[in-house]
Amino acid sequence: MTTLVQAVDLAKVFDVSAPWLNRVIEGKSRQFVHAVDGVSFSIEKGQTLALVGESGCGKSTVARLLVGLHEPTRGHVRFDGHDTQMVWNSAEGRALRRRIQMIFQDPYASLNPRWSVRDIVAEPLTEHNLVSGESRLRERVAELLHRVGLAPADMEKFPHQFSGGQRQRISIARALATEPEFLICDEPTSALDVSVQAQVLNIMKDLQRERGLTYLFISHNLAVVRHVSDAVGVMYLGRLVELADTETLFSTPRHPYTRMLLDAIPDIAMSGRARTPVQGEVPNPLNPPSGCSFHPRCPLANDRCRAERPALGNVGGVQIACHAVSEGRQ
Amino acid sequence: MTSATAVQGRWARFFDGDLWYSFKHSPTAVIAAVIAVVCVVCAVFANWIAPHNPFDLATLDLSDSRLPPAWIEGGSSKYVLGTDDQGRDILSALMYGSRISLLVGLASVALSVLIGVGLGLLSGFVGGRIDAFIMRVCDVMLSFPSILVALLIDGIGRAMFPNAHDTLAFSVLVFAIALTGWVQYARTVRGSTMVERNKEYVQAARVIGVAPVRVMFRHVLPNVLGPVLVLATIQIAGAIITEATLSFLGVGVPPTSPSLGTLIRIGQDFLFSGEWWITIFPGAMLVLIALSVNLLGDWLRDALNPRLR
Amino acid sequence: MTAPLLEVRHLRVEFPTRRGSLLALNDVSFEIAPGEILGVVGESGAGKSLTGASIIGLLEPPGRIASGEIVLDGRRIDNLPHEAMRSIRGRQIGAIFQDPLTSLNPLYPVGRQLIETIQTHLNMSVEAARARAVALLKETGIPAAEARIDQYPHQFSGGMRQRVVIALALAAEPKLIVADEPTTALDVSIQAQIISLLKRLTKQHGAAVMLVTHDMGVIAEASDRVAVMYAGRIVEIGPVQEVIHHPAHPYTAGLMGSIPSMGKARERLLQIDGTMPRLNAIPGGCAFNPRCPHAVERCRRERPDLMQAGQTRAACWLIESSRRSGA
Repeated sequence: MTTLVQAVDLAKVFDVSAPWLNRVIEGKSRQFVHAVDGVSFSIEKGQTLALVGESGCGKSTVARLLVGLHEPTRGHVRFDGHDTQMVWNSAEGRALRRRIQMIFQDPYASLNPRWSVRDIVAEPLTEHNLVSGESRLRERVAELLHRVGLAPADMEKFPHQFSGGQRQRISIARALATEPEFLICDEPTSALDVSVQAQVLNIMKDLQRERGLTYLFISHNLAVVRHVSDAVGVMYLGRLVELADTETLFSTPRHPYTRMLLDAIPDIAMSGRARTPVQGEVPNPLNPPSGCSFHPRCPLANDRCRAERPALGNVGGVQIACHAVSEGRQ
Repeated sequence: MTSATAVQGRWARFFDGDLWYSFKHSPTAVIAAVIAVVCVVCAVFANWIAPHNPFDLATLDLSDSRLPPAWIEGGSSKYVLGTDDQGRDILSALMYGSRISLLVGLASVALSVLIGVGLGLLSGFVGGRIDAFIMRVCDVMLSFPSILVALLIDGIGRAMFPNAHDTLAFSVLVFAIALTGWVQYARTVRGSTMVERNKEYVQAARVIGVAPVRVMFRHVLPNVLGPVLVLATIQIAGAIITEATLSFLGVGVPPTSPSLGTLIRIGQDFLFSGEWWITIFPGAMLVLIALSVNLLGDWLRDALNPRLR
Repeated sequence: MTAPLLEVRHLRVEFPTRRGSLLALNDVSFEIAPGEILGVVGESGAGKSLTGASIIGLLEPPGRIASGEIVLDGRRIDNLPHEAMRSIRGRQIGAIFQDPLTSLNPLYPVGRQLIETIQTHLNMSVEAARARAVALLKETGIPAAEARIDQYPHQFSGGMRQRVVIALALAAEPKLIVADEPTTALDVSIQAQIISLLKRLTKQHGAAVMLVTHDMGVIAEASDRVAVMYAGRIVEIGPVQEVIHHPAHPYTAGLMGSIPSMGKARERLLQIDGTMPRLNAIPGGCAFNPRCPHAVERCRRERPDLMQAGQTRAACWLIESSRRSGA
């Protein structure tokens, strides 16, 4: 199994300071958000890595760093052995764009409302000059639409004539146009009804099998993640706290946050069980806690947790960032 | 589907759509549209439908000067709305004058839209220092009364081209009025652009690898034009009135091709000697055009507002 | 058997449009017993939010109740004039909406909204109302309630705001609370907190809850009974564990099968082909028939009513035929 994608100590800092004039008049200092703060993982070819976490954990930012929409403040991304940051800006950047594509969360905002479906799905093809001739283009678009379960006649319609699930399929068709190897899916089914979600997830799994696609799947829904992924990374306030293969994570979660998350989420199969309620809420990313950012909510926090940030270390085949686990306190 | 049927399909969709329905059911909109269309037709086809050509000096007859409208004693059916002091038929003068007014109005709004939308797109899309700079320019422009700006530009024009003034007068005038109106478009488009820029279809285009400029024009622009249409419609009326004001003040169109404003000014001198028709009719025409375009713009804004539908 | 607190009988809600009238709720009937939590679940377009809105009397025009009755505590409330409905809302019915950001007025301190509600419906002095408000905030788990009661909504986090909204809903001791997607906009770990809070407080205050949501997990956690809606009708209603584990209606079965569960991983999720019909294209007979794997000719012609099927009631002709065949 070859490693296709590697993130090495990725970090992204956003400057959210007030405008210069306001800062001068009100005497405020500059403010920064460490949206992603040192994240490392790798994805094998043909596998699906899921990144889960709650709002503000930075998983969407990681997705955008991987696809080149943001530049990392620190660290780098390797795709097929090459540093992507070098490549985006070079001549090979365009070739790389063909190999990595993205599916977005909001089916209503991810398609241009003024463009016909034909233009939307054909855009990657025309942009990269992959198909010549109008009729060949239409054929290819029809093929792509058919693969995601839509009719070729749909290409003359406009996005507002479709439901959320159908729009998401159009997004998938568009993403597949350049025959990419790596698909980044940013909460692709979060905005969809449950039965529609099932349709879309099934299509995605079929496509992965057929074409050997590699997925990075971002979600906050652990049940969906369980269904689609081979490995899972749990993020909290910009950091990876646990990284393991799916079975292990769900059967024996180690990190206190993972345990809390698994315990807290309402799930129809596991309803009625006794649970420990989660303490507190996700802290303000502008003012993260010192040391391990989870310590205010962690039942196992000690002084070391408050002072020192735990590194992601290997504990029994699983990557964990937790002092309690590494000290064997758990 | 061939392109012919695609076009037919488009028209069929339009007439079936909510916009046409709302138009049909809004009496103000229909009346306003009818009036506007009549005025435009008169202006465009003035050469053919006007009973006389008031600016052809050869056809003028001084003995016919200062005749009242046809329904008043002393008037003649040859000159339905009367004549002015030079013997020019008021009705024909109205038609030819509206042509000038409408031309200047439309041209200046077109230029305004071009400048405003362009700068607004740039400002909203690029952000940062360029955005801050353009917005400060907008603020500065808004602090000047539009008439003063127009007078200033016109004055500069006259000073720069003293001899060629008459031929360049139109361009300078159009430019002057355009310069007073672009700020509204820039601000509106900037706001819409900033909203659209963060939408995922724009990000998707970037992920595909489309260059930023192309993204700006092919993706964002079509989605921010809605409010621009409404603004432009309403601004046409404003531009026509500004032009009328400038011509009234004597710094607008050259006297050889008078617009409605010029006619109003000419007629003003005769108002108190009882020959009211020389100034009132051009004034009424101006009001009619401006009102109907304004009402159309109002209807369009309400019809395009998704929340009111 | 105690008399039901809320009875909805044959409710029909329609939206007149220029192309004709669209029937959004078609003959909806159900009951809520005092102190019970009824979950109303369905996908987008099923009509669950509309049902809640009709009960509270906040149906947005041009939508209107075409026929049917809503009876609260023995009294009809669907045909009341504005003023009468206003006093019922708040005093007898409390409401919790989805977005805590917009449920509270950002210009007023939280305490003022609470005190205003309390004073409007209960005859109390300002001091007594304030004391009650502080007590309510404490109950909902807001720390330092005496200080925080004077803070503005933007000074609370999302989960905290939703707790304030719950306090607001309970302020006048209503008998029924209509909660429309109360946890959807919250972080996943907060959802559990809010659900358990809602359960606990409503039991304590003796209020019944109509919990409208699309999230089956929330329903499984919180409700006693559940009604499954599809295309403006209730297709199945019954005790929550029964509906989840032994669904009688094909749509319910499909829905349960398509939900991924953390308990076990499956290769393929059960998929219901097609989508919920739009209001202007609802099929004749049973609205689910084009998508139903078991549809027969009768399903296309006649619309089934709710009928008993084991512990639940479902609107499906297959139940009748299986009963007749002695299954």
